[in-house]
Amino acid sequence: MNLEKVIFAFFSILALTLNFGFFIGELDDPTHHNSYELFAALIVSLIATVMKFGDRAHIGALLLATSLVADLQLIAAALVWGFTLYALQEPLSATTIASIVSLSGGALLANLTSVILLVVETVTFRR
Amino acid sequence: MHHVFYLMLRRLRLPLIVLITVYAVSVLGLTLIPGLDDQGQPWRMDFFHAIYFVSFLGSTIGLGEVPYALTDAQRMWTTFVIYAAVVAWLYAIGSLLTLIQDTGFRRVLAASLFARRVTRSQEPFYIVCGYGDASSLLVRELTEHHVHCVVVEKDPEKILHLQVEDFAEDVPGLCQDATRSDTLIAAGLKQPCCRGVIALTGSDHHNLTIAISCKLLAPDLPVICQSDTSDTAANMDSFGTDHIIDPFEIFASRFAMLFHSPSMYLVYEWMTASMHAPLAEFTRPPGGDWLLCGFGRFGKAVRKHLGAEGINMRIIEADLEHTDAPADTIEGRGTEADTLIDAGVADMAGIIAGTDNDANNLSIIITARQLNSGLFTVGRQNNRRSEDIFRAANIDMTMKPPEIVARHILGLILAPLLNDFLHLTHDQNEQWANLLVSRVAGVTEEVTPETWDLQISPLHAPAVFDCLIRGEPVTLGDLCTHPRDREERLPCVPLLIKREQENCLLPDMDEALQGGDRILFSGLPDAARIIAHISHDHQTLRYIRTGEDLPGGMVWQWLARKGH
Repeated sequence: MNLEKVIFAFFSILALTLNFGFFIGELDDPTHHNSYELFAALIVSLIATVMKFGDRAHIGALLLATSLVADLQLIAAALVWGFTLYALQEPLSATTIASIVSLSGGALLANLTSVILLVVETVTFRR
Repeated sequence: MHHVFYLMLRRLRLPLIVLITVYAVSVLGLTLIPGLDDQGQPWRMDFFHAIYFVSFLGSTIGLGEVPYALTDAQRMWTTFVIYAAVVAWLYAIGSLLTLIQDTGFRRVLAASLFARRVTRSQEPFYIVCGYGDASSLLVRELTEHHVHCVVVEKDPEKILHLQVEDFAEDVPGLCQDATRSDTLIAAGLKQPCCRGVIALTGSDHHNLTIAISCKLLAPDLPVICQSDTSDTAANMDSFGTDHIIDPFEIFASRFAMLFHSPSMYLVYEWMTASMHAPLAEFTRPPGGDWLLCGFGRFGKAVRKHLGAEGINMRIIEADLEHTDAPADTIEGRGTEADTLIDAGVADMAGIIAGTDNDANNLSIIITARQLNSGLFTVGRQNNRRSEDIFRAANIDMTMKPPEIVARHILGLILAPLLNDFLHLTHDQNEQWANLLVSRVAGVTEEVTPETWDLQISPLHAPAVFDCLIRGEPVTLGDLCTHPRDREERLPCVPLLIKREQENCLLPDMDEALQGGDRILFSGLPDAARIIAHISHDHQTLRYIRTGEDLPGGMVWQWLARKGH
């Protein structure tokens, strides 16, 4: 058992589940999407990215790439949220929350790819 | 560089995770703790304000309590946030600084910088393994001739010496073990610009390893090795090491030459002397019986060559068993008067102090001179730092292995034909050598002549080559004519023309050149420059050959045709 791999798998899957939790619900209904969940998904995704820093193996570099994509999508979602509320001083409309959730949907795909890669790596890993 | 980047990211993983976690917890706490707005209504900080607040707290710049004054519960949490953020930042920055100071990291950084310099180099270069006395002399001379070098040395202190030296060209140094093949590859063994490898590590075994690695990894690359024993030399020779240099053998054979043919000795000395050195002089050693102190590698080489000259030698050696000394050897170091008197120093013509200890050698010579003031003294100087005391001791002839090695290699690199030439001179007699010495002395003015090669090829002598292609004969004399005045000869002596079938030693000036000829010259540096100019410039060559100064430009050529 490789502790590093286990901890990374934990963070990858946690990022996926949190992301999914935020994503699920009516697309344009703000009450279905909790900002805390987005925050948690972003932080966990960031940690997962940093854990892959400096990995020179091919699959490690791929995992770094996918989790960087997830980070970018989630940061974009958070920025849209903050910008609407504080820069434009507008209440959260149905269109805004829809674009936030769809951005997080993109991150969900990236996180899903990460987990699939992780599974592939584990399956091909023989001792 | 890639390597360094990955290493840095890998080391910064934990500090970055700590930093992210501290920030996340702080922000979360601020959004969860209830507060009051300016109206006294319950209010909770949102994510935007929490991130803003933590960001300026983290860098310890207080901007005040925004957007509303904090409640005591919030202040409590904020106190925690301040300390946690400071600690996290200290940890992150500390890790970065530790990483930069880390010797392992620095070595990787230096190696990757070195690799970048080597791979980006567009100039031909030589790899010099080991940076001792001989290497430093060699690198200095090579860079003065604008030949690029790369140095590989295991000892960090010697690399430091290399870095503080002021060379004419940039000399990158790699602090790694040259006997490892990956080090040699990092030093550019497989680069297209690499011209050869020179192994001067000071250990025969290491030199051997380097030679084998190079011959296996880059079979076409010339390898020049120093070897102090005939065993290793034979071993190196067996797998095709291009040049094996044994300083003791070189010195002994030249010293023996002084007995039978001093002019030949001068030829050797001049051709392999370093740049700007005053013209070498010599005192002819007397014939008769000689005393040899130290029967190691040097002693054996001297005995072999002087024996061939018919000179009787008495040997003094401290360690009879290990050195395999002849039966009549006198046991002792030779530093004491008793041993020297036993050996009959009073009747000797000369003494050779050839142990591997500089202090002993000096002591032998000084003691021997007290016993017999007419002695011709030869001393072996092992260490470059003993230079001053050896000079002060006023020894007739000093043997300096590093200098011999460096000068020999320099000759091989700068004038590859020189080796052929020196081989050919073996068969010549003293008269021939006299003639050569007087010719060379005639053109050089009290300074050591320079030796250089010229190849009649489209690349190195396009003007000459074009003439030959057109069927117009060019003689050697044409090349050695001053472009200013056709009657004036350049201060140089052509030593050798090497062709496919034949070698032409000391060719005449009316020798017709052929395409592919390689010519070895000796003379003043000015002559080298002018010959290079003649062989590149069509017009100059034409003027020298015909005496006509034809116009070069199209308009002038047209005008000239009109005039006729």
